Amino acid sequence: MAAPAQPRGPAAGLAWPARPDPVPAWNFAVRQLRFWLTDYRRTWRGSIISTVLNPLLYLGAMGLGLGTLVDQHGTASLGRVSYLIFLAPGLLAASAMGTGVGESTYPVFGSVKWNKTYQAAVSSPLRPADLFHGHLLFVALKLTMTSAVFLAVAAMFGAITSPLAIAALPVAVLTGLAFTAPIEAWTVTRTKDTSLAVVYRFGMIPLFLFSGTFFPVTQLPVWIRPIAYLTPLWHGVALCRDLCLGIATLPSALLHVGYLLVVLGAGIIAGDRSYTRRLYV
Amino acid sequence: MTTALIRARGLTKRFGGFTAVDGVDFELNRGEAFGFLGPNGAGKSSTMRMIGCVSPPTAGELTIFGLDPVADGPAIRARLGVVPQEDSLDVELTVRENLLVYGRYFGLPRPVIRERSDRLLEFVQLADRQDDRVEPLSGGLKRRLTIARSLINEPEILLLDEPTTGLDPQARHVVWDRLFRLKQQGVTLVLTTHYMDEAEQLCDRLVVMDAGRIAAEGSPRDLIERYSTPEVLELRFDPAVHENAAEKLAAVPAQRREVLADRVLLYVADGDAALAAVRGLGLDPLTSLVRRSTLEDVFLRLTGRRLED
Ligand SMILES: Nc1ncnc2c1ncn2[C@@H]1O[C@H](COP(=O)(O)OP(=O)(O)OP(=O)(O)O)[C@@H](O)[C@H]1O
Ligand SMILES: [Mg+2]
Repeated sequence: MAAPAQPRGPAAGLAWPARPDPVPAWNFAVRQLRFWLTDYRRTWRGSIISTVLNPLLYLGAMGLGLGTLVDQHGTASLGRVSYLIFLAPGLLAASAMGTGVGESTYPVFGSVKWNKTYQAAVSSPLRPADLFHGHLLFVALKLTMTSAVFLAVAAMFGAITSPLAIAALPVAVLTGLAFTAPIEAWTVTRTKDTSLAVVYRFGMIPLFLFSGTFFPVTQLPVWIRPIAYLTPLWHGVALCRDLCLGIATLPSALLHVGYLLVVLGAGIIAGDRSYTRRLYV
Repeated sequence: MTTALIRARGLTKRFGGFTAVDGVDFELNRGEAFGFLGPNGAGKSSTMRMIGCVSPPTAGELTIFGLDPVADGPAIRARLGVVPQEDSLDVELTVRENLLVYGRYFGLPRPVIRERSDRLLEFVQLADRQDDRVEPLSGGLKRRLTIARSLINEPEILLLDEPTTGLDPQARHVVWDRLFRLKQQGVTLVLTTHYMDEAEQLCDRLVVMDAGRIAAEGSPRDLIERYSTPEVLELRFDPAVHENAAEKLAAVPAQRREVLADRVLLYVADGDAALAAVRGLGLDPLTSLVRRSTLEDVFLRLTGRRLED
């Protein structure tokens, strides 16, 4: 049992009422989530279109178009499935990364630098960390939606062969968040928007190409593979693929999820600190 | 023992090695209108941000509602309204949506926000623009919206950092009128300003800040009595003879003489008598004006600078 809060300092025993019960942090985070949902109402139409169109285009062009060529040359290195079936789960994880990175850069930078909505929000009861967590909740919702659409489109293409694929949805969300949290922790400290382009050029694009999305990492030179294994995207791609193919094992699934959770957790700790440092000057 | 609403003792803020607020003491009681007057860089905004619980003090004591701003920030901020120096409206949203979003931050239910928004938009005369996007609104309209937004949680203390800077005279009077009404309703006002007329109109008590310190404190009337003379004679000379004339004026008995770039000010008890003395020296000012002392004169005396510099 917690003792009732005592008034402290010069207020003790005087005219001031006891300190009010603190509002739980999740409640503050949800308040910020609702801000992002209001904000999303302005842009959701365009966003829905690209959410549906992207998987259609990628799976059509690469899965079917390029896939026909690949399949003619033998699919042993792909695990004896068609290129479309190999590619779809990789793209699921990679597009979750894309959403995660996109949400953690310009929207966050804009809130602290252009529009200053973050500066306005910290004058309300919300603390910097609440803003961060509220945004992570919003990104989690958005990732859930875009990944679900992606899986549905992939199923339409006949790229889904196991019911386990449904478990790839939370894995894709986790993959996206494992990018959002640490990048957002960094973005909020930036003072120039030009530095954000670096994330795309030297971070996202190389990962997109070399983390097993389009071809197995075993096709890379031996010395470079460990680097691929260190990237969160590889873990997301590998687990999504195992799940969609129905060949996931518990130990490897735990390893992948554990890795992604560690990255996410480290990102949250870093973000709590950097949000506070930036907004409480 | 104190029941002060806000209490600061030796309050200090440093940014790296630079001291922006250098050990200030002040106390504020409920229902007061309290002003920070000072030139650029005096530390007014830094002080306001510490009171607003968004800037942890480097040293000293600060309590608001008897609570500690670092430990109890959310509870304190729930009872504060803040108009920051720089507008922080969401320019992508409409006028009304800005109030909605902000009200939600305070955990207010939608119908309460709707009802308060109606009243506040009326109050700041923005009702006819409520569905417009904020981006294209003029500076004055944005400022009024920022004030409306700061009131959405019906705060007990309203912090206003230069509420009327950049407004035209008419818009300033609208804002003053609204602030005066809030004061009548018992809201405690804390404001910073560069405008002496604003300080004189709104503040019961003010402090003059300079270089992070408090140079003087009192009611506008107190300060004028303490730091200035009843009357001021303002003289303007032909620029060609300005300096020469300024020197000669040393012969006129005055408590103090300020030589500005374009004018000379003589601080005296009787302005007309002083003007006669000036003419008696054979000096012929282009214009002369006898007026009562204002806070501007207090400010000039205390900081050696003009307020709006
Ligand atoms: N975040 C910061 N980092 C470093 N220095 C700062 C920071 N904020 C304020 N300062 C410095 O502290 C001093 C006081 O600034 P402050 O904004 O409090 O002044 P002010 O009285 O509000 O001035 P103004 O009338 O121009 O608004 C200035 O010299 C300013 O450069
Ligand atoms: Mg300022």
